[in-house]
Order: sequence, then structure tokens, then C-alpha cells
Amino acid sequence: MSKPKVSTDWLAACAGCHMSLLDMDERIVNLVEAVDIRATPITDLKEPDESGVDVGVLTGAVNTTTNEEVAHRMRKRCKILVALGDCAVFGGVIAMRNFFPLEDSLRRAYVETESTDAEGKIPRSPELGAPTRVRALNEVVKVDVHVPGCPPDADVIYYVLTELAQGRMPELKNDKLHWH
Amino acid sequence: MSAQKITIEPVTRIEGHAKVTIHLNDGGGVERAYLHINEFRGFEKFCEGRLYFEMPVITPRICGICPVSHHLASAKACDELAGSPPPRPATILRELMHMGQVIQSHGMHFFELAGPDLLLGFDADPAVRNVVGLIQANPALALKAVRLRKFGQEIIKTLGGRKVHPNFAIPGGVNKALQPAERDAILAGVDEAIDTIRLGLSIMKDWAEKHQEDIQRFAVFPTGYFGLITPEGSLELYDGECRLIDSRGQRLEQFAGRRYLDYIAEHVEDWSYLKFPYYKKMGWPNGVYRVGPLGRLNVAEKVDTPLASEEFRLFKNLNGGKPVENTLYYHYARLIETLFAAERVKVLLDDPDILSTDILNTRKEFKGEGVGVIEAPRGTLFHHYWADENGQLQRVNLIVATGHNNWAMSHAVDSVAKTYFQPGNLNEGFLNRVEAAVRAYDPCLSCSTHALGQMPLVVEVVDQAGAVVASLRRDGR
Repeated sequence: MSKPKVSTDWLAACAGCHMSLLDMDERIVNLVEAVDIRATPITDLKEPDESGVDVGVLTGAVNTTTNEEVAHRMRKRCKILVALGDCAVFGGVIAMRNFFPLEDSLRRAYVETESTDAEGKIPRSPELGAPTRVRALNEVVKVDVHVPGCPPDADVIYYVLTELAQGRMPELKNDKLHWH
Repeated sequence: MSAQKITIEPVTRIEGHAKVTIHLNDGGGVERAYLHINEFRGFEKFCEGRLYFEMPVITPRICGICPVSHHLASAKACDELAGSPPPRPATILRELMHMGQVIQSHGMHFFELAGPDLLLGFDADPAVRNVVGLIQANPALALKAVRLRKFGQEIIKTLGGRKVHPNFAIPGGVNKALQPAERDAILAGVDEAIDTIRLGLSIMKDWAEKHQEDIQRFAVFPTGYFGLITPEGSLELYDGECRLIDSRGQRLEQFAGRRYLDYIAEHVEDWSYLKFPYYKKMGWPNGVYRVGPLGRLNVAEKVDTPLASEEFRLFKNLNGGKPVENTLYYHYARLIETLFAAERVKVLLDDPDILSTDILNTRKEFKGEGVGVIEAPRGTLFHHYWADENGQLQRVNLIVATGHNNWAMSHAVDSVAKTYFQPGNLNEGFLNRVEAAVRAYDPCLSCSTHALGQMPLVVEVVDQAGAVVASLRRDGR
């Protein structure tokens, strides 16, 4: 039987959840033996296989049209979708932005900040994704497994991925469920 | 013949979201390449109204790779804002945590993110040209790399309770003293870490010897350089004055970080969410400079730890004492700094104050404004807060490490695209070299787009009407 395929990506995230994944340290060798790691931000394939992967993992909140596209593509191409970390699960720290009108946030960053020069302007090139309201992943696509934590501990991430690799749904409770 | 455009999206093995567009001219050559940083988050706005002492907990969420930089820069800004300078033991404990971070971040970048290009080759199959491929190709080396990163992360956890987003520094000091057993446990791991870093250095130097042609062709260009230094002009990562030198190595400025607004301004381009800092007196774009490992070693006159000092001398000889301009030497400079950080861990742990419990200044002379500056792994980081008399933040300004290198990264992408592009022969190795130009700077785009942040590659050749003429993608197809 071939190894289950796992693909990950980050949306509006700080990369801390991927760092916590690496914090499983030596166990990363076991993980590589148990699963086929496909496209991730820390490898070189750019997108999850068009033929599909078994497990898709997304970290970060959805806060631009580019994030929306990445979320929909991952949902379409994976059997089980994991929302990893507080941003994907709830929106996280950056959801604080929803308390302000989006234009105010953009104007503060690109026009009003004290170090920005007199020619500051809000970037609007079509090459860039347009900012949106900040949303948790399940407000945009169906999520199968929610793993909170900022970031979730490496032990929890290892447990979740190895359970899924063996075809079981991970059960998050007691010491495996934390909110900090 | 119509003008065409190539898109690389996402750029991988960097932190965050970016894409590259390469615009071709009528002759089929490269007209200009752009690096687009595609993410905005908005910390500078949504932190308004928070209490200042929450910032060392909120701002690390800007970046999970260097959360400690934000944690400490924020705490330093709060020290000043609250008028509560920390006692010396707290300062060296914070520096110890910072060294843990430099080791884990630099170590991971060399071995796990950029290293695969050097260890497996720019032209290696993208399916294996990564840390997983490295584990399969050289498990012993991969394991050493894992353990080096772990060593740095464990220092952070020992002090701050966890590896990512620790909670340790507070306005006026830190919240926990170091125990003797904890000190001994860290000390026990230093020599192994130093051995691995020196192995990395020998891999780097061996690679440099065999790839001199690449090193001399790959994004070599003059800029200014910027970084913190000690009062004696030595390499400094935690606290010191800012020094700016020009492309020939002449000193332009040296100033206390809190006066940064007198010297640095930020330019905005429509095609990137990442701003472009520059030296005000020279204006945009003449005043561009580089930060991070290459910037810091170019501004420093010496390094105060013995092994790193030896390597530093070799580094200074690369360009006869003048600033080193080669983008690929960022990797070398990064390893020299990693060695410095590991040696510095030893120095700090041997300091008689390191176990002191005098770790918090509880007196305050509230000032309401504070600037915190630190050398994050990727360059100089500024946090600037203004609070009202209740401690509620009125305004927040951040200039983040990767931002300073924005012009240089964009220029490096343009330079590499022009140097290596062969009309009619669009291949994977070419694309990866373009990405490697970005990767050498170890950008942290979550950090840099704190303002709103993100990085993933598809290359498309598009004609002037927007129709896709040819495409090359790097994914699982």
C-alpha cells in the first residue's frame, strides 16, 4: 500500500504552526517514513497534487482573495482537511483587524505610518490579492479536523498526523487540547 | 513579436507569500523582473487601543520563525515607554534567549530551507530538493541539523516556557530567573552545536570553492549596509547603536535606534505589500541598503568570540576589506553569525549575573513613548509605540527586518533573471535560481507584511493580450 499523501500550506499566518511541526525534532524522520510529504511551504512543490492528497493541512486565517483561492484548492484536492492553529480555527490574533474598517488599516500601514514617505499609497496592483475581512477557515470551506493552539504543541501535531496517516480520526482532548 | 511575462508563484522555502513576475521585451530578453510580496495583515492599526504591556505577547504573532525578536524588541520599547530600564541580569537573560533564536533560525535556514540548493543542487528534481530529500540523501547530516535547531529552541523553551511564542520578557525585565540545573543542561549541548555549525561552514566553503562562477555572477551589486554594533565596533545582535556605511565601506551615520525616524524613510510601490526603507539623506532609490547577516558583517569591524572571529577575518578578505557584495555570501555570513551566537551562549552562561534573581525593575517613570531596536536574524527590527497616560496605545509603527532588504531582493531577482535567462529554454533550474535569489536573503514575509503577509511557483509566458503562450509549474502534477 502506498503511503498517505500529506500537503500543507499557510494562509494569513505567522509560520509558527509550521515551526511547531518542525519542533517534533527527530520524530520528523518517523513522519517522513509514515507519510509522503508533498507540496508544503518548506519543500518545493507549489500546489497539492491535482490527483489529490489524503490529508491537507492549512494554517492561518483567510484574509485576502489569494487566501480564498488557496483554501478552495486545498479543499478540492484533499480528502481530510485539518485547520491547524488558532488563526485557522478561530481567526486568531489578526482577526483583531475586523474591529477596524479595512481601508483604515491599509491607510495606516501604507500612508500614515510615521516612517512612510510623502508618496505613500495603498498597493492595488492586480498582481496582489485583495484584502478581505479576516475569517476562520471553516467560514470559507468545510473543515474536518480542528487543532487549536498558538501554536499547537509539536506532540499534538505529531499525534494528529500519525493518526490520520493510519486512517484514524484523531481525538483531541485532555492534554492534547490546549488554547494558549 | 509581442512582450511576454513569466510568473513564479509561490516562491517556496522562504517564510511567507511571494511571487515573481518576469517581463520579457520584444527581443525575447528580460525587460524587468519583480518580486511581489502578497499579504497584508494590519498590526499597526489593530494594536491601537491595546495596553502597551500586551504588546510583547501580541507582536510575536507577526512571525513564528523569529517570535523572540518581536517579543524582545517589543519589551525594549515598553521598557522605554514605561521608564523602567531592566537590571543587568534581565538584559543578559534576554540576550541568551535571543541567541537561542539566532541559532535555531539561522541553522534551519542553512540546512533546511536554502541548504538543499547547495547540498542537492539548484538543478535537482524539485520533488527531492528540500529537507525531506535531505533526510533521504544524507540522514546523518539531516539529523545533526534537526538537533542544532532543537538546541536553539530548547534555550527559548527553558526561559520562556515554550518554543514558539514564548512568554518571558516584560516591561522592566523578565518573569523568570535561570536555575543552575537549566544552565548546566544548556551548557552540555553547546559543543555539539558548535561542531554542527563548523560542519556547515566547511560545507559552505567547499561549495563556494567549486561554484565561484555562480557566486561571482549571481546578484552581485553595490548598496549601503546597515546593522547594530557594540561601542567598540564589534558585531552586535541584541543592543547597540545603528551604523550605516556606503557601498565602499565609508561610514555614513551612527546613531541611537530611538532616532531612526531622522534617518530612515519607507517608500511604497503599487505592486508589493512590503514597503521599501531607504536612507533619507540620499533619498529613494539612491539610499537603499542591505541588512541581515551580510549587512551586519559588512558594518562590523570585528567579532568578539574566538572561533567566529577567525571566520570573520576570512570573510573580510573576500573583497580585500571592502564590503562583500555577493548575494550568495549571505549564506556564509549567516553561518559565521550562528557560530558567534553559539559561542555567545557560553559567554553568557558563564557570566556571574546569569543566575541572579534581580530580574525585574518594579519602578516606573512613565514616558508614554518608546522605541525598541534589535537585530532579528534577518536584520534590524524597530518597534515604536505611543501611549496615553492610561497606557493605551495611540499609535504603533513597525519597521521589520526583511523590509530593509526589499529593494535588494527585488534587484537580486531582476539581476539573476537577466543573467541566467536563455530565450527559448525556460527550465526548472532557471526558475529555482530566481527563487534562490530571494531565498539567500532568508526573507520573513509574515514579518515584513505585518502590515497585512504570504509566499508560494507557476511560471507563465503571457503575450501582450494576456494569453498564456507557455507555462511551467512546480507542483504535484
